[in-house]
Amino acid sequence: MSRRDLGSHLTMAKHRGAVASLVLAVAATVAAGGANAESVLIRNATVHTMTTAGTLKGTDVLVTDGVVTDIGTSLSASGAQVIDAKGQPLTPGLFGGMTHVGIEEVLDPTTEDQALEMNEMRPEFDVMKAFNPESSTLGVARIGGITFAAIIPGTDEKSTIVAGEGAIVRLDGGTTKSRILFVELGSDANEISGGTRAAQFMLLRQAILEARNQAAIAEGDERLLTPLGRKVLREFIDGAGVILFDVDRAADIRQVLAFAQAEKLKIAIAGAAEGWRVAAELAAAKVPVFVDPFENLPDSFDSIGSTLENAARLHKAGVQVGFTMGSTEPHNIRKQRQTAGNAVAHGLPWDAALAAITRVPAEVFAVADRVGTIEKGRRADLVLWSGDPLEVTSLAEQVFIDGKLQSPRSRQTELRDRYLERIRSNTAR
Amino acid sequence: MKHLVKLGWLCVALGLVAGCAKTTKPDEAAAQAAEPVANPYPSTYKPAAGPPTLIRSATVLTGTGTRLDNADVLVVDGRISAVGPSLQAPAGARIVDGAGKWVTPGLIDVHSHLGVYPSPSVQAHSDGNEATGPVTANVWAEHAVWPQDPGFEAALEGGVTSMQILPGSANLMGGRSVVLKNVPAVTYQGMKFPGAPQGLKMACGENPKRVYGTRRQFPGTRMGNVAGYRAQWVEASEYLRDIGEYERKKKEGNKDAKPVKRDLRLDTLAGVLKGEILVHHHCYRADEMAIVLDMAKEFGYRVSAFHHGVETYKIANLLAENGVCGALWADWWGFKMESYDGIPENLAFVDAVPNGCAIVHSDSSEGIQRLNQEAAKAATHGKRAGLEIPPERLISWVTSNAARSLGINAQTGSLEAGKMGDVVVWNRDPFSVYALAELVLVDGVVQYERAKPTPPRSDFLLGQPAAAGVTP
Repeated sequence: MSRRDLGSHLTMAKHRGAVASLVLAVAATVAAGGANAESVLIRNATVHTMTTAGTLKGTDVLVTDGVVTDIGTSLSASGAQVIDAKGQPLTPGLFGGMTHVGIEEVLDPTTEDQALEMNEMRPEFDVMKAFNPESSTLGVARIGGITFAAIIPGTDEKSTIVAGEGAIVRLDGGTTKSRILFVELGSDANEISGGTRAAQFMLLRQAILEARNQAAIAEGDERLLTPLGRKVLREFIDGAGVILFDVDRAADIRQVLAFAQAEKLKIAIAGAAEGWRVAAELAAAKVPVFVDPFENLPDSFDSIGSTLENAARLHKAGVQVGFTMGSTEPHNIRKQRQTAGNAVAHGLPWDAALAAITRVPAEVFAVADRVGTIEKGRRADLVLWSGDPLEVTSLAEQVFIDGKLQSPRSRQTELRDRYLERIRSNTAR
Repeated sequence: MKHLVKLGWLCVALGLVAGCAKTTKPDEAAAQAAEPVANPYPSTYKPAAGPPTLIRSATVLTGTGTRLDNADVLVVDGRISAVGPSLQAPAGARIVDGAGKWVTPGLIDVHSHLGVYPSPSVQAHSDGNEATGPVTANVWAEHAVWPQDPGFEAALEGGVTSMQILPGSANLMGGRSVVLKNVPAVTYQGMKFPGAPQGLKMACGENPKRVYGTRRQFPGTRMGNVAGYRAQWVEASEYLRDIGEYERKKKEGNKDAKPVKRDLRLDTLAGVLKGEILVHHHCYRADEMAIVLDMAKEFGYRVSAFHHGVETYKIANLLAENGVCGALWADWWGFKMESYDGIPENLAFVDAVPNGCAIVHSDSSEGIQRLNQEAAKAATHGKRAGLEIPPERLISWVTSNAARSLGINAQTGSLEAGKMGDVVVWNRDPFSVYALAELVLVDGVVQYERAKPTPPRSDFLLGQPAAAGVTP
């Protein structure tokens, strides 16, 4: 972002006569730069690298053309915008979990594109074709420090357990080549698998058989998949992306592990409410899991073993743990870091909790060359926090995606500023 | 994770009926002409007798806007006895070292569906919406509360000592609420808050008009919603007038005086008009809340609190001037059209105006476990907007303001001598994501102690192999 853009934020805030303090604070830390406006030097931050380098206090991070080009002390760069972090935490941009951001604006059929309701198994259903980078949900999450998320298709009464394909997006609206095939299992999916979870594996086996034997299917044969569906599923079988199974019950997780091993699939698990009960098996199979740290009630008979210590127990057993929210509802994914803080309160080491919303999802979904850590050569998706990034009393102060300072405004800040003056003058009526 | 949204948590928030509630037609003929029995389902809750408790040298947020550092809290015979420095321990008192710890009143959630939408959320447990007609003021949430809901003990671990259980929002008038104390019991009467008024759950906007409109029934629009309420208030006013007339004639010895046929629905509405039952109105949009306030004036009743009110910040003064509280979420928004304008400064704005009454509510079995964190988030956003809310004020959002809206502020909601001994000891500043309730007293009785884990209280979790090693 150029200095001119920053100035425009200032002007905007002044015109609105409100909430200037934050915007001013942001702008004030940006000293006048030189000709090269593409460089940003963040000075004196507590840098949570999320690499083996660990946390570096009093450290500078230099960003050039959107890439982290140096990390150290007393760095200098002529012409760079200089930001004084005053010792505050700097983290990689955070992960917003599995969500419908950008494919569902509000609960109304005209804005909901997440679920294919054709009663047909269509792994080739690519929900990203519906992704709207200008959805208001992106900006709200972005100013909360969320810079990437896994967009996954949903399921509804007329869907099948293979919901289709999604991807990792960055919350400036950018997409990635990371591919995710989402599969819904367990009791949540009983009504779309003939009324029994046993049929879920029957359907999956048949689909994989068809995908593996593309040529052997003759015209007119009974089949589950279209030719395109066979092609897409084959790509996932061959490792082109991650097959993400949504499953909670310990016994069901075991079935998934056995199935994935037999079929040699690259998988991850989302949900895993009872994951801690099969932690050793998950660790041995090297299958990563994305849990909701809030999940502690037996919401269904699939999750009787839910506990606030799920993440801590999985981590202790050596499982790679990431986080996702309990719902794919797209509006409040900024709450993801609060869930991480709660996992810490219930036994997960702080670094592992931050990794669960930075490095782990980046690695699992094969975007670690771009996001998830702060290291030389990585894209500069960074967040400067007012305090502990997992703490409910902290806020994101500056958010960078590809080294560009993101606007601190969203639809919500516009609403806030329109009404703040009425609150101050006691005329809100 | 939930993807079948219509089967998930949104059931409650959206008042969706499909997949949430399967009910049969109510028996309209249940009404009797008999004289009403006062308090027919009385509380049987009696706190156990126990030793006094003295919490020493803690940071105390009293709930009345005061913060006391290095102060003691003494609870005797189930009541707050004293709060202040260097209190004397009565003989046999249990001493709690409060050094480094924070003490607050027990938290109060004014909007919960625990027990009526309990875990596990199977069809058979869906008891929160009597969505068989748009006005079911005759039903009482307490008659559906399942005391074995594991959500109660989870809320207790979050420091919640009292809560209002409401019917859902499918109906214009969904029925009566009940206030419970968060204590283990086999019957709901064993949890019932002694002397707490009941509430009437009403609902604006999308839910009633969708639930009935999609069935081609009344109401199908917001116009219909308001006409629906007004017709009820007209009827209730006439009911009250007829009862008054009968009582006058009876008093005069008029042999022709005929008792008014009793009607359970109108009993509830008459209770509102008489000020005995408090109105808790689910309403998201500013314009709709303003209509409801006019309607309350039209028929001469008060709204105790608007619940959910994501647009309350647009009319914060209007609520304050009418003495109406805003029971709100910290940051929920957008999950349906009428919640699209939600902002995380909503609570702070409501708090900022003179006589503002901000309450953090949950409407969620997850949120009720973290009312302190929700308040902290809202205050953090308020601070960034220039509205500083210190902890001693913030605590009122989840204690005394909540008690006020429920009509129980004379009994609980603050640490003042004579009030119920509902007290939480936190391991640190409660407005932190890392804060944990270490000790929870309800009426002076230790109901939760983090250092001493107990088996699950809910019978449902007993003997479940999957739950071994789990405390909710």
